[in-house]
Amino acid sequence: MALEIAVKAVAVLAAFLVLPLVVGQTEHKLMAHMQGRLGPMHAGRFHGWAQLIADGVKFAQKEDLVPDAADKPVFKLAPAVALVPYLLVILFIPLGPGDLVGSGLDMGLFIVIALVGIGVLAVLMAGWSSANKYTLLGALRGAAQLMAYELPLVLAAASVAVAAGTLSLTGIVEAWNPWWLLWQAPAMFVFFTAGLAEIRRPPFDAPIADSELVFGYLTEYAGLRFALLLLAEYVGIVVIAALTAVLFLGGWKGPGPESLGWLWTLLKTGALAAVVIWLRVAWPRLRVDQIQALCWKGLVPIALAQLVLTTAVALAI
Amino acid sequence: MDSSRLSDYAVFGVLLLAGFAFVAAAMAANRVLRPSAPSAAKGENYECGVDPDPGAGHVGRDWAQVQIRYYVYAFLFVLFAVEAVFLFPWATVFREFGAPAAAEMGLFVGVLALGLAYAWRKGVLRWR
Repeated sequence: MALEIAVKAVAVLAAFLVLPLVVGQTEHKLMAHMQGRLGPMHAGRFHGWAQLIADGVKFAQKEDLVPDAADKPVFKLAPAVALVPYLLVILFIPLGPGDLVGSGLDMGLFIVIALVGIGVLAVLMAGWSSANKYTLLGALRGAAQLMAYELPLVLAAASVAVAAGTLSLTGIVEAWNPWWLLWQAPAMFVFFTAGLAEIRRPPFDAPIADSELVFGYLTEYAGLRFALLLLAEYVGIVVIAALTAVLFLGGWKGPGPESLGWLWTLLKTGALAAVVIWLRVAWPRLRVDQIQALCWKGLVPIALAQLVLTTAVALAI
Repeated sequence: MDSSRLSDYAVFGVLLLAGFAFVAAAMAANRVLRPSAPSAAKGENYECGVDPDPGAGHVGRDWAQVQIRYYVYAFLFVLFAVEAVFLFPWATVFREFGAPAAAEMGLFVGVLALGLAYAWRKGVLRWR
C-alpha cells in the first residue's frame, strides 16, 4: 500500500508541475497567433518552447521582497494557500477507468468543490496582508466574486450528482452517456462559466484588473512568491477544464479501446483549456456590477431550474 | 456501496504534506540562489507606483478605508451555502425514496428561490 500511495502522490505532483506549464506555453503561442503576433521565439530555439522554464529559472533567482508594512506571516503563506488546494483537486480527477485515479473516495465531488472554494481565502490573505489600497480593493472584489460564483458552481455540480446518483467522480463518468450533452447542457454552461470566475480568468478578472487596480491583490508580490501565485492560476485552468470534462463530457469515454481512455480525458481537458485561453483573447473584462448581476440574475436561476429538471427526469427514468 | 479504502484517505494526507513541502523547497532553493540587498526603499509599499508616504506623493497612507457594497451578497451566499450542503447527500439517496423525497427537496429549494426572488424584487441585486 505504501508503494501505491507513493506512486500516486508522485504522479499527481508530476501532473501538477507539467500540465500547467503546457497550458501556459499554449496560452503564449495561441494568444499571440490570435493577435497576429509570434509570441516567444528564442528560448529553446524551436518556437520558444522553453520560455516558461527560462521564466522559472529567472524567478528562482529573484530577491525576496516583502513590504515592511505587510502582515508578513499571512503575506508569505498566501501563495501556498492558493496552490495546495488545486494540487489536491488533481488527486480526485479520474484519468481513466478502474484504478487510474489518485483517490477514488466516494465523496470525491463534494471534496473537490470544497477544495476549489478555498481559493477565496488565498485572495483575501494576499490582498489584506499587503497593506495596499489597491490590493485590498482587488481582494474584496475577488471575495465577492468567488463567493457569489461558488453557488452556481455547487448547484451545477449537484445537478450532475443527482443525474448520476453518486458523488464519486469515477462513478459519475461511468453513469455518463451522450444524452447528458443535451440534458445537462445548461449545467455545463453554468459550471464552466462559474469555474472561470472561480479562477479569476478573463472576462472575470476584475479582482486583478491591471488597468484600474495596478495588479489587484497581486500588486505587492515579487519574485518566486509571485511566480507561485501565477502557477496557481494555471493549475486552476487545468482543474476547471478537467472537472468540466469529467462531469459533463464523459471523461475517458469515447471511440476506441477503453485502455486508451486516458487520452480522451487529456484531449477533452486540453480542448476546454484552449477555450479558456480563447475567451481571454476574445472578451473584454466585465465590470464588478456586471459580474454580480450575471451570477445572481443569470447563472443561479438557470442552475436552480436545471436542478428541478434533472430531478424530474431522474425520477421518470 | 462504499468503495472507499484507507489508501484513498492516506494519499490525500501525503499529498497535502507534499504540497506544502513543494512550496517550502521552492522557497529554500530561492534562498540559496537569490541576492539579498535590503534597503528602506525596497521595503516600502509599491502601492500604484507613487510613494505612499503622505509627505511625498500625497496619495494617503498605505492603509485606507473602503466602502464595501458586497455584504448583501455575503448574506445571500450564506443562505444558499447551507442548502448546498444538504443537496449532496440527498442526491445520492433520493432515488430510493422516490417522489416524496424529490417533493421535499423541491419545497426546500422553492423557499430559497422565493427568497432570491424577494431580494431581487426589493432591488437588493441592483448596484448602488
